[in-house]
Amino acid sequence: MLCDVCKCNDATVFLTQILDGKMQKVNLCEACSKEKGVQDPTGFALADLLLGIGAAEEIEKGAATTRCPVCGFTQADFKKTGRLGCSTCYTAFAEGLSSLLKAMHKGIEHVGKLPARAQRTLALNDRMKSLTEDLRKAVEAENYETAASLRDEIKQLQTELANPS
Amino acid sequence: MKFQSVITSTGEWLRGEGPHHQIVVSSRVRLARNLRNRAFPGWAKKAERLAILDLIKPQVEELPEMQDSFSEVLQDLSAVEKQVLVERHLISREHAAKSIGSAIVMNRKQTLSIMVNEEDHLRMQSIRSGLQLRQAFKLVDKVDSALESKLDIAYDAKLGYLTACPTNVGTGMRASAMLHLPGLVLSELINQVIQAVNKIGLAVRGLYGEGTEAMGNLFQISNQTTLGEKEDEIIARLSKVIETIIEKEHDARQVLIQKKPNTLWDQIGRAYGVLTYAHAMTSKEALNLLSIVKLGIDLGTFPEDKRLPIDELFIETQPAHLQKGTQQKLNAEERDHLRAEIIRERLKTVPKPDMSKVAREPASGNSEPAKHE
Repeated sequence: MLCDVCKCNDATVFLTQILDGKMQKVNLCEACSKEKGVQDPTGFALADLLLGIGAAEEIEKGAATTRCPVCGFTQADFKKTGRLGCSTCYTAFAEGLSSLLKAMHKGIEHVGKLPARAQRTLALNDRMKSLTEDLRKAVEAENYETAASLRDEIKQLQTELANPS
Repeated sequence: MKFQSVITSTGEWLRGEGPHHQIVVSSRVRLARNLRNRAFPGWAKKAERLAILDLIKPQVEELPEMQDSFSEVLQDLSAVEKQVLVERHLISREHAAKSIGSAIVMNRKQTLSIMVNEEDHLRMQSIRSGLQLRQAFKLVDKVDSALESKLDIAYDAKLGYLTACPTNVGTGMRASAMLHLPGLVLSELINQVIQAVNKIGLAVRGLYGEGTEAMGNLFQISNQTTLGEKEDEIIARLSKVIETIIEKEHDARQVLIQKKPNTLWDQIGRAYGVLTYAHAMTSKEALNLLSIVKLGIDLGTFPEDKRLPIDELFIETQPAHLQKGTQQKLNAEERDHLRAEIIRERLKTVPKPDMSKVAREPASGNSEPAKHE
């Protein structure tokens, strides 16, 4: 079995950590385990190690040249600092980040607080869904008067959605 | 508000008497927020950091919670002043290392502090005495809601609040409590507790957070994950674990009283003796001995009215707090003498430990009436 980090030496150190019932395994060679500080079990957290590995893998996949369109950040910068460049980096590097977030957190989707603005968009979207459904039914029933007013309402809603205030 | 008036009054959280305050020194909740499509502070060039600061700082100062606040850009604070704020947990060690382009705004009661351009554009923190995580969250949540109506905050429908470090994404929330656990340390049970807490995805750290040593038997426990769990769920889980640790600490103390009274009285007597008579003392030694005297107060060997004077020494004997009064910078040796002098002076008002006053109770947990948030 090859080392997960350098991928050239045979792995001799096998680590398993259970976090919240999820098991995570990492196999390392002698040199890499020393470099990652695995020999010192007190100061060692698997999540930190996984963070580095995740980033390194993504770079090998040829994504190293991807730049964030907003701030110019690259994956190499992330590997160096462990921090991202701006909020858009989450979209630019979404693929590589998803496995990393999975390893780090309880879930992969936010379930907590919504900003008021996001709540409003959510409510508008729900309203849009039900209006579209009503419109479909009205057309089906050949109730064109209702359909016309529904269509106007949908138009109004579309402009509201397009201009978040 | 001037820095001088900040440092002359101790924060409310130190004087306050929240639930379980004997063991839970303080509860803190911080939220990390960023502006959409603006480089995070660690990646932004100086000009952009300044522009972001100009956008955020006035909005923070205008908050109703920040009337009568202390607001300063970091390059206008001296190294000692910054360190004083670190020692009071009002800014992080990372923030203290910043200069141009960063700022701190906090209220007079020192219950709310907002760092601008720390690792994230906004780090908002509320701190309370005792176990009051829910109340601390309520305040910082209110402030967050007020700010988000004025600022374009980076938020993603799937990932939640976007932060510089992926470890904070989602809620952007870190809730933590500072626990004083001399009973568990003296009975050598602390490592078991730390391991158990780590296993359920919570972090245990030393006095000043990440990578710091546990001194004075003080431990910080906090949530480690921020994505996939609601804020109130995280806080409920953490509070429950803390309540269990409080029970274990009470049990450990009762076992010590019943099984190893001589060791316990020896520790308390020695701590009192050294603090009363020493002429040079490092801050680490001071914290460790003060911790034992604090335990003595909890157990009844010292009068209850000495609690605040002793608690204050925990902060006042920290290196920067020692130097805030003196005009010139002191070297380590001078600090150790000054520290010992301040402690000796304070200890003159504390009578000798009286072991007969110790309240014995069955080792079944809580000595305080069960209070739930």
